[in-house]
Amino acid sequence: MRTARFFIAPVTAAALALSLGACGSGGGGTDDGTIKVAYQKFGNFTQADELFKDVKADFEEANPDITVELVPIEAQQNDYFTKLALMNRSPSTAPDVMYEDTYMIKSDVEAGYLAPLDDYLAEWDEWDQFVDSAKEAGAGDDGKTYGVSMGTDTRGLWFNKDVLANAGLPEDWAPTSWDELLEAARAIKESDPDVIPFNIYSGKPQGEAAVMQGFEMLLYGTGDTLYEDSKWVLGSQGFVESLEFLETVFSEGLAPTPQQALDTNIGNTVQAEWLPQGKVGIALDGSWVAGNWLESGVAPWPEWSEKMGTAPMPTQDGQEPGAVSMSGGWTLAMGAGSKNPDAAFEFISMALNRENSLWFDVANSQIAVRTDVAEDPEYTKSNPTTEFFTDLVDVTHFRPATSDYPKVSNEIMVAMEAVMTGQQTPEEAAAAYDEAVVGIVGEENTTQG
Amino acid sequence: MALTSRGAARVVPLAPAVVLLALFMLGPVVWSFYGSFTNASLTGPAALNPEWIGLDNYAALIGDPDFPKSLWLTVVFVFLSAVVGQNVMGIMLAGLLRSAVKPVRSIASTVVVAAWVLPEIVAAFAAYAFFHSEGTLNTMLGGLGITGPDWLYSTPMLAVIIANIWRGTAFSMMVYSAALAEVPPELTEAAQLDGANGMQRLAWVTLPVIRRSISTNLMLTTLQTLSVFTLIYVMTGGGPGTDSSTLPILAYQEAFKFAQVGYGTAIATVMIIVGAVFSVIYIRALRPEVD
Repeated sequence: MRTARFFIAPVTAAALALSLGACGSGGGGTDDGTIKVAYQKFGNFTQADELFKDVKADFEEANPDITVELVPIEAQQNDYFTKLALMNRSPSTAPDVMYEDTYMIKSDVEAGYLAPLDDYLAEWDEWDQFVDSAKEAGAGDDGKTYGVSMGTDTRGLWFNKDVLANAGLPEDWAPTSWDELLEAARAIKESDPDVIPFNIYSGKPQGEAAVMQGFEMLLYGTGDTLYEDSKWVLGSQGFVESLEFLETVFSEGLAPTPQQALDTNIGNTVQAEWLPQGKVGIALDGSWVAGNWLESGVAPWPEWSEKMGTAPMPTQDGQEPGAVSMSGGWTLAMGAGSKNPDAAFEFISMALNRENSLWFDVANSQIAVRTDVAEDPEYTKSNPTTEFFTDLVDVTHFRPATSDYPKVSNEIMVAMEAVMTGQQTPEEAAAAYDEAVVGIVGEENTTQG
Repeated sequence: MALTSRGAARVVPLAPAVVLLALFMLGPVVWSFYGSFTNASLTGPAALNPEWIGLDNYAALIGDPDFPKSLWLTVVFVFLSAVVGQNVMGIMLAGLLRSAVKPVRSIASTVVVAAWVLPEIVAAFAAYAFFHSEGTLNTMLGGLGITGPDWLYSTPMLAVIIANIWRGTAFSMMVYSAALAEVPPELTEAAQLDGANGMQRLAWVTLPVIRRSISTNLMLTTLQTLSVFTLIYVMTGGGPGTDSSTLPILAYQEAFKFAQVGYGTAIATVMIIVGAVFSVIYIRALRPEVD
């Protein structure tokens, strides 16, 4: 296993470097008889692949004259966005249906990659099953709907009860402030120096996972925010203090070493190996993590529900509402250049009908966005943590819904990496971030926090 | 009239080559140059309608603290791994192998050339596996009771420079082997009779004779090293932080990771200029005076 991991990172990087170069030149072209479905398949995330393989079979049976061409993109999250964007740039490679992160929708709408779905949705009798927040998540700046939500998610603390017990911490551990979290991490380090006390994603290789599961889970618990009243907040105390928290965990050795943390595969490693093996005590991660350990996951672990505990991520000093969470989620969207939009939408509606949504939400530990799925006992009983993560919806935050967000997010990764590697102090990194954001959105769209 | 048709007849066979070169070499250069004056992007409004923004990308580049660092790292990388490492190693190996016995010569040159024959991605991965914290080098050091550092993390530039020397020396060695074989033996013998020692013969006879090979080789290795991407990307990804982000890595990161294609092409254009400056220096410095 160790050797396998040791080889994955460079090979992935290599494959990526080679295939990115080749991406632009793909030939072919989609004729009326084919629809192309592009989605991510990487490491532990194979649920979309399974879903689309099933739907392809059903769809082709129902529409014998149409072939579904599945295009699994094997790349880490940010590289997935890049490859998808490159595919979208050329009519011969642009997909008809794509697996699209909610936070990319507004930006990709402005890039002209996505087609509005309103006409189709108006005639789809299952659209009213989707909750309002899920409908909004798929909207562009023009108010039209571009993505149909597959599920949403929340984020919180996962912990291995055995590791905490060794450090003298209770089974129902629930920190009420950052300090209590740090104290627990220090206690774990003291009880067993070989265990990584606390994992938080950080740095450029982790992409949006670092920003959302890592940085924003801190920032939105300080009372400060990234974006307020249509302006980007600069110079906030919370921003610096969130970076200081990162500096603390990395410099005190409470987190993975920076070189481990900057490994592209750390997400897979934490979820499939370190948590089950008790090599990580506490992990700040998403509601979907348990999906790895289900029978259908890549690292089945039947005892997980007894061994793993969950706790909400506390706010900085325990200020109201006491806990913080971030929500995102993925959608299915239609390519603007699709030559066969009717078939593309039929594919989307088939992939997200009640049965398939239920399967995907359970297999991928998503929070259901269809009311008929959310009420289904198969969903509610599927996973003992479903209730915990569904309740976090009360304290959850959403990322700034603007097309500049992906670029700003990149600057947050840069600041995180500079701090975790000790190249900049939190103040310097925050100042560099402020300057970069002004460069992206313009001085007039910023405000001092 | 006759002259013109003869001229035309001479051009015709050249045409396909010229067209292909223009299409596949000049085309991307021109496009990159044009792109560097736009805000072209992979997503957002600028992906649909890139706008002409003049020199804004270059102004932003000058203000970006990552850029001078990256430029400096590129110069260090090129100077140490190509100009010094590959050339000095190459000429030394070529010289030593000339006087070596045959089995030593064939074994040694096979070993050196092996690194050159490997596809870049394979060589890059081999170097990664060698320098990795649990890799070959640290395992060997461990056998001697030494705990090696995490080379790729604590000394990323050293690791990629050594890897590039290892990979590229074979090319210089072959160029210099050929050049040394062309040095007339009577010249060195005459110098020897005049009482010149080994170093003097090298400095005053051999090097001046092969100086055109030196300039060609310097230029080729410099330009090759300037554009090294796969080796560094696989070994360190340009990190940690930006500690091994040379210009090609920075351009890739801005264009494809951060979706700012216009900005990325501006960095690529700077690379072209750096390469051109190096080339001019070599051509001037090693211009043949009389021949």
